[in-house]
Amino acid sequence: MSGFLAIVRRELKLALRQGSDASTVLMFYVVVVALFPLGVGPEPDVLERISGGVVWIGALLAALLSLDRLFQPDLEDGSLDLLVLAPWPLEFLVLAKCLAHWLVTGLPIMVISPLLGLLLHMQPEAYFSLLAAMALGTPVLSLIGAVGATLVLGARRSGVLVSLLVLPLTIPVLIFGVAAVEAAAIGQSPQPHLMLLGALLLAALPLCPWAAAAALRQAVA
Amino acid sequence: MHWFANPARFMRIAETVQPWIAGLAVLCIAAGLYYGLVISPADYQQGETVRIMYVHVPAAWMSLFIYTILALASGVFLIWRHPLADIAARAAAPIGAAFTAMALITGALWGQPMWGTWWVWDARLTSVLILFFLYLGYMALVNAFDEPEHGARAGAILALVGVINVPIIKFSVDWWNTLHQPASLTRLDASAIDPAMLVPLLLMAAGFKLYFLAVLVIRMRTLLTARRIRALHMVE
Repeated sequence: MSGFLAIVRRELKLALRQGSDASTVLMFYVVVVALFPLGVGPEPDVLERISGGVVWIGALLAALLSLDRLFQPDLEDGSLDLLVLAPWPLEFLVLAKCLAHWLVTGLPIMVISPLLGLLLHMQPEAYFSLLAAMALGTPVLSLIGAVGATLVLGARRSGVLVSLLVLPLTIPVLIFGVAAVEAAAIGQSPQPHLMLLGALLLAALPLCPWAAAAALRQAVA
Repeated sequence: MHWFANPARFMRIAETVQPWIAGLAVLCIAAGLYYGLVISPADYQQGETVRIMYVHVPAAWMSLFIYTILALASGVFLIWRHPLADIAARAAAPIGAAFTAMALITGALWGQPMWGTWWVWDARLTSVLILFFLYLGYMALVNAFDEPEHGARAGAILALVGVINVPIIKFSVDWWNTLHQPASLTRLDASAIDPAMLVPLLLMAAGFKLYFLAVLVIRMRTLLTARRIRALHMVE
């Protein structure tokens, strides 16, 4: 457990001291979402209709953008070899990395998303639902992203490749995340969609670190 | 299985078996096409467009079947490190992607006259599209490493992660209320298809399976030969 916390603390320290990383992701998120009113026109009706999807797609892309920071620097400076040698299951290392990644990217994305919803004329009733869906969905993005990030370690053009691998797997998060927001916007209960998102999180929590650890083992072997 | 896993032995057996499989595949597909396009009746509701089924349904079955083979081969490769399992997975992926593309395209051609639209975002269509992306991702990942062995292991893990999609596709028509119709062949009670349509369907399915096997053997032999050539170059 102390090892777990040490990894999380190390990752957070690294992210905060090179502060530009975390804020770049957030800026990217805001810019992507701000492009949509320019692209589809500023009519409030249209924007309100697509607001849920736009906010979620922006979150997906922003989470994707930060994946190369997850394991690649550690592989390059050699600290990954030492982390793998440490006397605890590799799955814990992945889980700690995911937690740190979520705290640095997923949490800010979640906090800022109602603000972006406001820009897109999202119904006020949907804000709470959006926050809840993001709270359940963004950790899944970090977990699935960790699998993709470990699989492409050492590959050529890994940045493009990781998007190709991760995006199809995150489609369920997108579907149920948007459905929860839209259900709340038209006055229905978002509960079934939130429960499905919770189920995704509970399934990803044990399975993704397992797959990512297997990929890590072969990456440093 | 271990006995067949010897590459040299596989090459010998494959060489003798390959023409027979290819011939049988041609026979089955020719008979299936003739039966399906000429002999079998037009549907009372769908008219002549029902004949798209004889390509669409077997291709869709193949897309799932080949992914299952790909995942099984990947599992065998990760557990027992048989080089032949990796070769089989690598060889199967483009064929599976082609069958998935065929199922999607024929589905669109069938959907246009029947549903009035080329594409709907229902659960079955979306999950098959994800399967197509998984094939593409697998192929891109396997070839993305300078070291072929590294790519093989990464690809195998990705193939096993993607298995989660296979039951979703299979049961998507039961779990969600989709425009795509539910399965009509593999029901516990009698199949809901008339024998006049079932025969060409099964003939085409058998033909596609044999075609897959024939192309798989050709591709595996090519990959093995390519690997041998690379090894010889390294020796020089």
